[in-house]
Parts: sequence; C-alpha cells; structure tokens
Amino acid sequence: MRFLLVEDNATLAQSVADRLALDGHAIDIAASLSAAEDCLAVASYDLILLDIMLPDGDGRDFLARKRAALSETPVIVMTARSAVSDRVHMLDIGADDYITKPFDFAELEARCRAVLRRRGGSASNIRVFADVAFDALAATLSVNGQPRELRNREFRLLEILISSPDRVFSKAHLADRLFSFTEDASDNAIEVYVGRLRKKLDGSRVRIETLRGVGYRLTAQ
Amino acid sequence: MKKPRVAQSLRRRLLIQLLSVAALLSALIYFGVRAVADQAAEATQDNILGASAATIAEELGARDDKIMVDIPYAAFSMLGAVNAERVFYRIETATGLLTGYSDLPLPTVAPSQLAPVYYTTTYRGVSLRAVSLRRVVTVADRPVEVTIIVAQTRNGHAAITSRVANLAAGLGIGFFIVAGLLNWVATERALAPVRRVTLEVGRRGPADLSPLRQPVPRELAPLSAALNDFMARLRAALGRTETFIAEAAHHVRTPLATVRSQAEIALRLAETEDSRRALRAVIRAVEESGRSAGQLLDHAMVNFRSENLELAQVDLCEMLGHSLRALTPSAEIKDVSLQTPPLDTPAMVLGDQLLIESALRNMLDNAIKYTPPDSTVSIQLSQCDGYHIMEICDQGRGLAGADLASLSVRFQRGKNVADIVGSGLGLTIIQEVANSHGGKFSLVQMSEGVCAKLSLPCYVSA
Repeated sequence: MRFLLVEDNATLAQSVADRLALDGHAIDIAASLSAAEDCLAVASYDLILLDIMLPDGDGRDFLARKRAALSETPVIVMTARSAVSDRVHMLDIGADDYITKPFDFAELEARCRAVLRRRGGSASNIRVFADVAFDALAATLSVNGQPRELRNREFRLLEILISSPDRVFSKAHLADRLFSFTEDASDNAIEVYVGRLRKKLDGSRVRIETLRGVGYRLTAQ
Repeated sequence: MKKPRVAQSLRRRLLIQLLSVAALLSALIYFGVRAVADQAAEATQDNILGASAATIAEELGARDDKIMVDIPYAAFSMLGAVNAERVFYRIETATGLLTGYSDLPLPTVAPSQLAPVYYTTTYRGVSLRAVSLRRVVTVADRPVEVTIIVAQTRNGHAAITSRVANLAAGLGIGFFIVAGLLNWVATERALAPVRRVTLEVGRRGPADLSPLRQPVPRELAPLSAALNDFMARLRAALGRTETFIAEAAHHVRTPLATVRSQAEIALRLAETEDSRRALRAVIRAVEESGRSAGQLLDHAMVNFRSENLELAQVDLCEMLGHSLRALTPSAEIKDVSLQTPPLDTPAMVLGDQLLIESALRNMLDNAIKYTPPDSTVSIQLSQCDGYHIMEICDQGRGLAGADLASLSVRFQRGKNVADIVGSGLGLTIIQEVANSHGGKFSLVQMSEGVCAKLSLPCYVSA
C-alpha cells in the first residue's frame, strides 16, 4: 500500500518510513504542507500520516481544508500534543485516529491496520504462498480454501515470515516487531507464537523451519 | 491560608474619632448649659436685690436734720420668699452707720449715683450676693450721700445651679449615647461596601477570575480597579501557563520521538545481546518520559477543571465506545481481547466530558497495560442506587496488598509493577475525577486480577 507521511523531522520521518516499508508499504515523505499538496496532486494514497506542527502551517488546518477532497483516504494524526482536548478535537476535524509522540512502531502499525480495516480498503491484499492464502488487511488465513482464524500476534508473525519466504528471520528481529517495548518479552516468547502458528498451518504444504541458533524461515514443500 | 497583616481596624478608627467628637460636644453642652443657667440665676437674684435696695432708697428721708431710714416690709419679703434665704443689710453715710450690720463687706468698686454695683462676697463664712447703691438725701439743705447695701445668701442660686447641672449632665450623657449609636450605625453603613466586596471575592471559586460585579462606592473604586486588573493579569498568566505546558510537552516529546525511532533502528541493526538490552532500556525510558509528560498534562488539566467543571450531559455508553475504539489497537498488539457489553442503552451523567473521558481512558489503559498477553479485559456497565457503575476487570498480577489510598497518591506506584511502564498518575487522575463529580472509585482485588470500579451519579432530567 502507498502511504503519505507528512512530517518535518527528517530523522523521525525516515525511521517511520523504514519501519513501515518492512510491512511492504511504499512511503512518500513530505516535509511540509506544500510538499504534501504536491504529493496529493500527483498520486493517490491509501493512508496519510500527518504531523500537526509543520513549518508552513498547522496540520489540523490542512486536514480541515482537505477533508472533503480526501473523503476516501484515512488520516492518522501524529501529534506531540496529548491533552485530552487536543485528542477530542483531532477526531472532530476528521482524523480517523491519532497517535501521540513518541510512539511505539508496533502501535503505529496496529493503528494503521485498524484504520485501513475500518475503512474497508478497496484493494484486496491477498498474498498466496503454496496452498496458503493470506489477507494482511482482513487478517484472514485460508489453507486449501478453508478459513483459519488467527490471533493478532500469530497473524503478525505470519505476515513477517510470508513477506520473504525462505528468508531466515532471527528471533530478536521477530521479537522487536512483534512485541511492544513496554513489554518484557523474552526471545522464548517467540517460540510460543511459532508453535501456535505451526498448528494453524497444519495440513498445508507450508512449514516454519527452525534453524537452531539462527532463527526461523517459511518454506513450502 | 496566611492571615494578612492587620494595621488597624478602619471601623474602630472611625468609631473612636466620631465618639471623641461626640464626647467633646457632650462636655460643651454640659458646661454651656451650666454657665447659661448660672448666669440666668444670678441675674434673677441681682434683679431682686436691686429692686429691694431701690425700695429702701425710696423711703429715705430727712427729719430734724437727721436721716430717717424706714425699711419697708416689702423690701425684705421679696427677698425672703425664696428658700428661706437669709438677708443682710448695711445703710451708712460718710460719717457713720445708720442701721444694719456695720461689718458687711463693701464692694471693691464704689457704686456711682446712677448704677448699682453687684458683687459676690463672703460674710461670716457664708457666700453672699450683694448690691450696693448710692443715694443723695438732702438734710438741712445739705446733700448727704447714703450707701445702701443689701446682701442675700446664695442657697437658692446653689439649688438652681445643682438642678441645672444634673439636667446638663443628663443632657450631655444622653447626647453622647444617641450620638454613639448613630455613629455605630453610620460606621457600619459606611463600611458595608467593603464587606460586600470582601464577600464577593471570598465566595469565588479558585478559577473564577472575572471582574468584580458589585458596584463599589467611589472611594473604593481604585481598590476595585486594582483588584480587577490583578485578576486579569492572573488570568492571562494562567492562560499562558496552560499554553506553555502544552508547548513544553510538544517540545519535549518531539525529540523523544526522534530518540525512540533512532533507538529502534539501532536495535534492528544491533549484533550483540548487550547492546540490544541497552537499546531496549533506552526505548523504555523514552516511553516512560513520553507517558509521564502526557499524564502530567492530563493531571494538570484535571486539577484545573475539577474546580470549575464544565457540566454537560454525558453518555457514558457512547464515551466508552469511543475510548474502546481508540484503545483496541493497543489491546490487539498484546492479543488482549476486550469483552464489552452491548453499548446500546444510554447511561447519562452530568459531568465534564473531558474529565470523564480522561478517567475512562486511564482505567482502560491500566487494564490493558497490566493484563498479560493473550488474556481478557472485561468491561461492564450497570446501574445501581442512582449511580452508573463502570467496572473494568483485568487478569493481571493484582495489587500485591497495596490499597487504593496509597496507590492514588501522586507518583506512587505498586511495588510489583517495576517492569511495566507507568507514571504513577493514572489512579490519581481517576480518583480526582470521581471526587469532583460526586462519584466513587475503587479497586478490588479479585481471585485473578483487579476490578476497577467507577460510580458516577445518574443524570435525572428535571
């Protein structure tokens, strides 16, 4: 999916973009409102991440102005203002959600996904690997056409593994993406989720291989 | 509150000054009345004495070359009529006493032919009022000067004087009392505007910084203007502080966000377990600061507004729906399921929307934070005895024996939660919101986890 990130802090913008790129999204960065206007003029986006304090104006005014034209595009406001009144105001002017800086990337991803799901993203996002079909947005998995229910972390784990089949992911890498930093997640916790996901994939040709001391990879027989 | 330094009571000062004037006037009245009465009494006595002496003088005559003195009865009866006074007389010529008391004192100034001389003197230990008169009688074709002195004791005068003195004293005291009462009333009335202004300022809530509404007398106008001006400055300062806090939070959090994202990138590239641990610690610290900044801001807002609630009808059910929607992604990250009741029956309360939302958010946030991954947070909304009760139960590690009273102290956290990021302000905020809305907040340790219970009075439309 294609996201527009409007953020004037270059470091923050780049790291957010890097992180979202891991999920397979394409990110355009606009460092000002005028740059954002230019981007919107030439491309269409599935989601806009909008900072509110920008060098050439207030993101909220921008949103209020653009809301009508962007009726189809969900907007998540990223703000360092956390007062309750600010939060309420954000939703009033048409933001779909907001996230307070500094934020957890896991939370940002979760919010992006929740907003996209709520908006009922038009493009289907189904990825097929061997006899497994996976819809990242709807969070559904079907094995041989049979639907299987996934919990959030199982689905996140599968999403990461399926993004690069046959690539080995270290436990640490998976833990960083799966757990929020406020949790004290040990690497062992990953084993629990790998075990569960294996069960959900029972009966398919897709397997999760353990490479002792290295990590995991998704393969098909 | 610190007592102001009191220099001197305005009322007492005013009262003392007015009473001094009243006392002075009372004394003047007393002495004035006495003096006038004294003079009047003396003048009366003098008139009678004069008349008496004149009557005697009328009867003077000469026979056989001798001066005849025939004192008429009337001359004494007019004097003796009053108070059994005693009367003395002395009638003499240059050559000698004709009749009377030869040692009756003479006036210091000799009387002329025309005008009698009145004087006060002491004779035989008694105070007397006397008149001296001169008449010329022709004896054997020669004029002979006769001096007539008539004196009378002053008993009547003293009696009148003492009666008048009593009257004057009564008058003076009466005047003083009436004036004192009037002064007191006048002082109270004059100071009433001061009291009204005091009352108006005293009755205000701490957040009420509007100008004084009571009209003040012209003399108090500068004070009132100064007070209004001061409050306007205070209001502006408070407004600036609020904006400043919000700006400060923004400026603190923006670089924190950068630090955090950099640390996350570094973490992804980190090779050794040691550097990974260090970076995770950095990220946790950033998370903690960011959260604290937000909670401090919320706490300041709750503190500020709970004194001055912006009351409106709030539907707890609808608000719960909003809060749940906002927090669902956070719960999903941890695979925490939120078990919610059907949110279709409005639960109306009268309250400040921002405060209630803040409390609700904190309750949900706490439950999601403390409940372990893959567990359930259950939310219930019920109504009992005129209260809407919101119960949020987690499956976490519990309170470890700590009670709400100690946990709702600012920055106080449980002993068993060191590994979970928190600011120690969440429960304080919820507690304050409950208090300011006449509600109750409690934490109950269950066999598994904790139930947070917030009760707010139902709104009953009038």
